[in-house]
Amino acid sequence: MKQRIPLLLFLALIGVGPAVLPEFHVTLLNYIGLYSIVALGLVLLTGVGGLTSFGQAAFVGLGAYATGYLTTAHAVSPWLTLLAGLAVTAAVALVLGVLTLRLSGHYLPLGTIAWGISLYFLFGNLEFLGGHTGLTGIPVLELFGWKLDTGREFYYLIWLVLLGAVLATQNLLDSREGRAIRALKGGGLMAEAMGVDTARVKIVIFLIAALFACVSGWLYAHLQRFVNPTPFGLAIGIEYLFMAVVGGAAHVWGALVGAGVITVLKQWLQDLLPKIFGQSGNFEVIFFGVLLVLVLQRAREGIWPWLRRLVPLRSAQRHVAAAEPLPARQMPAPGTVLLEVKGARKAFGGLVANNDMNLSVKAGEVMALIGPNGAGKSTMFNCISGVDPVTAGEIRFLGERVDALASRQIARRGMGRTFQHVRLLPTMSVLENVALGAHLRGAKGVLSSSLHLERAEEARHLAEAKRQLERVGLGGHLFEEAGSLPLGQQRILEIARALAADPCLLLLDEPAAGLRYLEKQALAELLRRLRAQGMGILLVEHDMDFVMGLADRVVVMEFGEKIAEGLPEEVQKDPVVLEAYLGGVE
Amino acid sequence: MDSQIALLLAQDGVVNGAIYALLALALVLVFAVTRVIFIPQGEFVAYGALTLAAFQAGKTPGTVWLLLGAGVLVALIDTVMAVRTGSLNRLKRIVLWDLVLPVAVAGLVLWLEPAGLPLMVQVALSLAVVVPLGPMIYRLAYQPLAEASVLVLLIVSVAVHLALVGLGLLFFGAEGSRTTPFSEAQFALGTLTVNGQTLWVLGASAVLIVALYAFFGRTLYGKALRATAINRVGARLMGISTTMAGRLSFTLAAGIGALSGILIAPITTVYYDTGFLVGLKGFVAAIIAGLVSYPLAAAGAILVGLLEAFSSFWASAFKEVIVFTLIIPVLVWRSLTAHHVEEEE
Repeated sequence: MKQRIPLLLFLALIGVGPAVLPEFHVTLLNYIGLYSIVALGLVLLTGVGGLTSFGQAAFVGLGAYATGYLTTAHAVSPWLTLLAGLAVTAAVALVLGVLTLRLSGHYLPLGTIAWGISLYFLFGNLEFLGGHTGLTGIPVLELFGWKLDTGREFYYLIWLVLLGAVLATQNLLDSREGRAIRALKGGGLMAEAMGVDTARVKIVIFLIAALFACVSGWLYAHLQRFVNPTPFGLAIGIEYLFMAVVGGAAHVWGALVGAGVITVLKQWLQDLLPKIFGQSGNFEVIFFGVLLVLVLQRAREGIWPWLRRLVPLRSAQRHVAAAEPLPARQMPAPGTVLLEVKGARKAFGGLVANNDMNLSVKAGEVMALIGPNGAGKSTMFNCISGVDPVTAGEIRFLGERVDALASRQIARRGMGRTFQHVRLLPTMSVLENVALGAHLRGAKGVLSSSLHLERAEEARHLAEAKRQLERVGLGGHLFEEAGSLPLGQQRILEIARALAADPCLLLLDEPAAGLRYLEKQALAELLRRLRAQGMGILLVEHDMDFVMGLADRVVVMEFGEKIAEGLPEEVQKDPVVLEAYLGGVE
Repeated sequence: MDSQIALLLAQDGVVNGAIYALLALALVLVFAVTRVIFIPQGEFVAYGALTLAAFQAGKTPGTVWLLLGAGVLVALIDTVMAVRTGSLNRLKRIVLWDLVLPVAVAGLVLWLEPAGLPLMVQVALSLAVVVPLGPMIYRLAYQPLAEASVLVLLIVSVAVHLALVGLGLLFFGAEGSRTTPFSEAQFALGTLTVNGQTLWVLGASAVLIVALYAFFGRTLYGKALRATAINRVGARLMGISTTMAGRLSFTLAAGIGALSGILIAPITTVYYDTGFLVGLKGFVAAIIAGLVSYPLAAAGAILVGLLEAFSSFWASAFKEVIVFTLIIPVLVWRSLTAHHVEEEE
């Protein structure tokens, strides 16, 4: 309860605001609310998802113009025009999203600048939207006969919508879908390997951000009662991004802080600067520009994290509730062939990394893949798990050809993997990192996550993550940041994450690197237990004691090709292998 | 439309396209070397044109004060850094470039009264005022973030763009200006009349492109920039200072921008915020080239210029919509042909 005091205080202040504040301040708070809704979408899109848009103002315009046009020209009820606006925005955002979200990094924001300008000029030049003068006479909103015709009344609607959006966004981020969204930034490849359809997740957050902007535009149109193109230009779109970045783009409340700070500052500067410079104009942009550069140079996280530190309350959850275990896969009978690689070849341009590779892994065995550095072992792993598909050859998993499938489709069929270079989300807790591994074992979508109707499933996911962490011996680190663990333990964390997906075949890329002797023994013990339960394990490892003590069969690679295969003791005596490792005797 | 109008529009398109080509080259250069998407490029266009216009109107342009202010700020920051790291031998260069140079330029401007001088001297003075702003802005805004992601650098660019537009309004006011043409000559080419200024634009663009080509192909500094563009870490290991590369590429970009502005100022009225749209069209061209290929960028620029000229004839109100919507199919085409380099961004 104590953690909620600042929030309740804030809500109380917002609640009594219109009753005690002068008209001007209520208007200012109305605008802060409207801007916050848009900035909130950008927090989700940019701060959390890592996709940048300068074009949100255009979506605000779609919402405003949809209701402006339909209510004035066709006398449609404003509540219906909200739905119409949302539909139009969703359609436009979907087309733009499908076209531009495939692009990496900087092309997307450049694309948003382009459509921001295009839509702005379109609003200003379409006859039926009133051209540059805009549309007037937009009707007052009416709710069960109650007319929202003053700023004080409208205030409650705006802030209710905003707080609802904040709650929904917070809920969404704290869910299975939310983990997938958070995995986008810096972990696209890993997220795909965990079964996340990253292209879909990107479209989803882009749509949510656009729809938030559209709602803000609808509210704006009925508050102002007229619309013209000016507030939907690129400059305002840029300002929305400023709000998110200055407030703290990675935090839901950062949107409100940023919108508040920028709006108040703008108001103040617009009064002050023309007096100083002796002429009128939008001189506040000079200060905003400088301010933003300074924020990015000095405090890239924005204001919110700093504000939060002033209130020494920690609300982080510290225990995982017991829950019914997730349904488990029927393990194949021991001895069943899980994986079969036939004539696999991988070439990067002219460089052949793998040539004519053949190997197989059965249920209930540990197969080790060894070879000198650069032999092509990790490339083989990437081919098998679909991260980087083979150039030629055939890979079968559980009898089905998988060489043309994406990594998330292969993961869904029961193959789990770890990475040679650890791929974790370093600021997320150990528990949540592992819960991401269970992504494919959930079905609840964005809507039920936003409303937190999926708590039962979420509890089962977290309980599963905890169970796997205890299984690998990291049960004491559940709530630490994953990035704070030593490298060896991060590798173990990756094993727990792979296990959370309930695989029948496990691909481990150098799991023992960086572990101490006792930790290695514990790891070997864990792998033996997994093997006894029928799991197939394909292992790349350099520690020969570890490999030879554990593996049932060994495949040796050199220069991308298989040079030997057999029982550990056979391989150790093989002269070709000895030459590969120790060099030939002249 | 008869062939007469078509030729006229084509001439218009090619002239604008030549300017977009110059800007696109500068954008590609800056992006390749520093990974900065240089949105403020357009402000250099406006600053160049309006500084020249202010000289011709007998006024002292505000950019002179900006140059002095930025110089002092850079000198202060660099001096503090130099003292902190104990590298006092840098002080001489700091004083020379950030204090002596701006003061000398400002003194020259105030003392010469450029309004009565020949056009070429006015042009040279305008460049002397505007171009040093390039490396100074790099030092102030970008250098502390040189290792940040492309996305952060892009947001910085947008912020710098806004600040410079605001300053442009403050310095030059909301009214637009035109400058006197470089040449009043007119030539008849068949049925078409060609202005002297058109030839100037095309000629200057061609000369600049050849000069850039020579610079990158033949000089040590040009090769250093290319090395930095290909591999920052590798270039640094070879003793190439990435800071130097950044400042040099910003100097070139500022020079190209300001010169472009000076070239178009007699043809079109330039306002304090004209540069942004002009620069963005350079961008569309640069993006057509995937921000890497110089010849493709130039070809794309001509395409953008022609598209703009012809759409202003058929649907002038939708000119900007058409030009900027072009970018979307281009982006899609690029995304389909580009190989995946998504990781390690």
